[in-house]
Amino acid sequence: MRGSRPGSIRQNSALPVHAGAPASVRLFGCWVALLVGGPILAVLLRSAMEGMGAFRAIGSASASDAIFLSLWTSALAAAIHAAMGTAIAWWLVRWALPGRAWISRVVDLPLAVPTLVAGVVLVGLYGPQTLVGSSLAGLGLHIAFARPGIVLALLFVTLPFVVRAVEPVLRELDPAEEEAASSLGAGRWRTWRTVVLPAILPAIAAGSVQTFGRSLAEFGSIAAVSGNLPGKTLTASVYVLGEVEAGHPGDAAAVSALLLLLALALNPLGGVLVRFLGGRRG
Amino acid sequence: MAEARPTHGVEWAIAGAVVSFLGLVVVLPLISLVATVGRAPWEAVAGLSTGEAVNALGLSAAVAAIALAVNGVFGVVGGLALVRHRFPGRRLLDWLVDLPLAVSPVMTGLGFLLLFGRTGFLGPVLERLDVQVAFAVPGAIVATLFVTLPFTVREVALVAEEVGTVEEEVAATLGATAAQSFWRVTLPKIRHGVVLGVTLTVARALGEFGAVLVLGGAITNRTMTATTYIHAAIEGRQTSAGFGMALVLAATSVLLMSAVQRRTSR
Repeated sequence: MRGSRPGSIRQNSALPVHAGAPASVRLFGCWVALLVGGPILAVLLRSAMEGMGAFRAIGSASASDAIFLSLWTSALAAAIHAAMGTAIAWWLVRWALPGRAWISRVVDLPLAVPTLVAGVVLVGLYGPQTLVGSSLAGLGLHIAFARPGIVLALLFVTLPFVVRAVEPVLRELDPAEEEAASSLGAGRWRTWRTVVLPAILPAIAAGSVQTFGRSLAEFGSIAAVSGNLPGKTLTASVYVLGEVEAGHPGDAAAVSALLLLLALALNPLGGVLVRFLGGRRG
Repeated sequence: MAEARPTHGVEWAIAGAVVSFLGLVVVLPLISLVATVGRAPWEAVAGLSTGEAVNALGLSAAVAAIALAVNGVFGVVGGLALVRHRFPGRRLLDWLVDLPLAVSPVMTGLGFLLLFGRTGFLGPVLERLDVQVAFAVPGAIVATLFVTLPFTVREVALVAEEVGTVEEEVAATLGATAAQSFWRVTLPKIRHGVVLGVTLTVARALGEFGAVLVLGGAITNRTMTATTYIHAAIEGRQTSAGFGMALVLAATSVLLMSAVQRRTSR
């Protein structure tokens, strides 16, 4: 599932466009307003109806544990992908090694695999009853039904974001700058740190923010892999499901509204971060 | 800079890290799925030929087909609208179209439940009309329409922006009606975007889990989709049936996506 492309409707000013909205446009507007606006307003309204109860619901130990777990596992996934995604993009653009087409294909695979299936296959490999899982457990490392499994699932479903954000920037990078740096005596690492990294940092940040946002919203893979133990491996989205099933829609709405506001704040925050990192370059 | 092979030890270490990372996170888990099903293929086939598995797969296919038709049409209309028209609220509409990508599927299900559930905001209205959405097939459809909304709109908008409107203006000066211009000029021009968009829609529809679980209720033989079947099978220790269905779903989506990617990259 291709990620959102913020601001993708960039208008080429040479194209004539029609002012005003014909019937088809109004129909589409109504459809989106009902289909998307409806449920989202319902969650916000239901949460507002709770009044102060909404804050109590969010502040309860089990809810805040779940929200905190979602936040740090998502941040960890974003940090790991900031490094690994950049390395993968580097391989795709700069290294003439065999298997490049395969790596590109593997990077796109998670977009095609349903997220529940991603969780199921991780349990299939790292679950306690499998060869790999039981030998790792012997070493004291539990992956499935434990927190590492959550991070692994998030890494699976968000794999393409940093890679596909950094790759085009790396491709466009003017090699003259790097050559100039190295001809002035800068070593490889210094050239990379002072020339390449500042150029790709905004793209890394954009991809990482997307990874973080997608991870916060993730449900299917986590539901399968985490074991959903309250206070230990229960993430926010699974907690919301539990509240719905327990017949507490108000509490579910309150936690959902918080997650929604976080997700909505993320886009402008990410934009500021990307502009800051890009601006520093001069 | 010219492409090169890694020369430095550090570069080889990074290359090794990339291969092991992709192996551990994506490749080995997927291979283990194929291997697990392949070890006892007849068990998986037996599990998948039960009535509930067939019904679940059938419902998923039907829901995906509806999502394809509805969001295919709205995707073409919406993608063209966002690129070619200027109207008040266009930015808001653009933002709303992307929103399903940002919200948790559980929240989507909850939102519709708060609207259509028995105690929901529209519950009394639906009861009077004798229409059931929550815990019924319409719920699975609505949830899937929500999560698949952005794909065709985005792909069509991208292509529409690239191809411009020159041919349409030529068609108009030659006396073509708006309908003729749309069917004979615009639609062929944006064809690739439509095909890619509806494929992403179908893949996402087949794979949707959280929203259809919450709103549909995963009732066996009624609102159980392929994904909720996998979930129920694994919870119920029918691992071979669950893994079999997981393989069927993953293979279908991967084949769909790679077929389209190959076609559109040409």
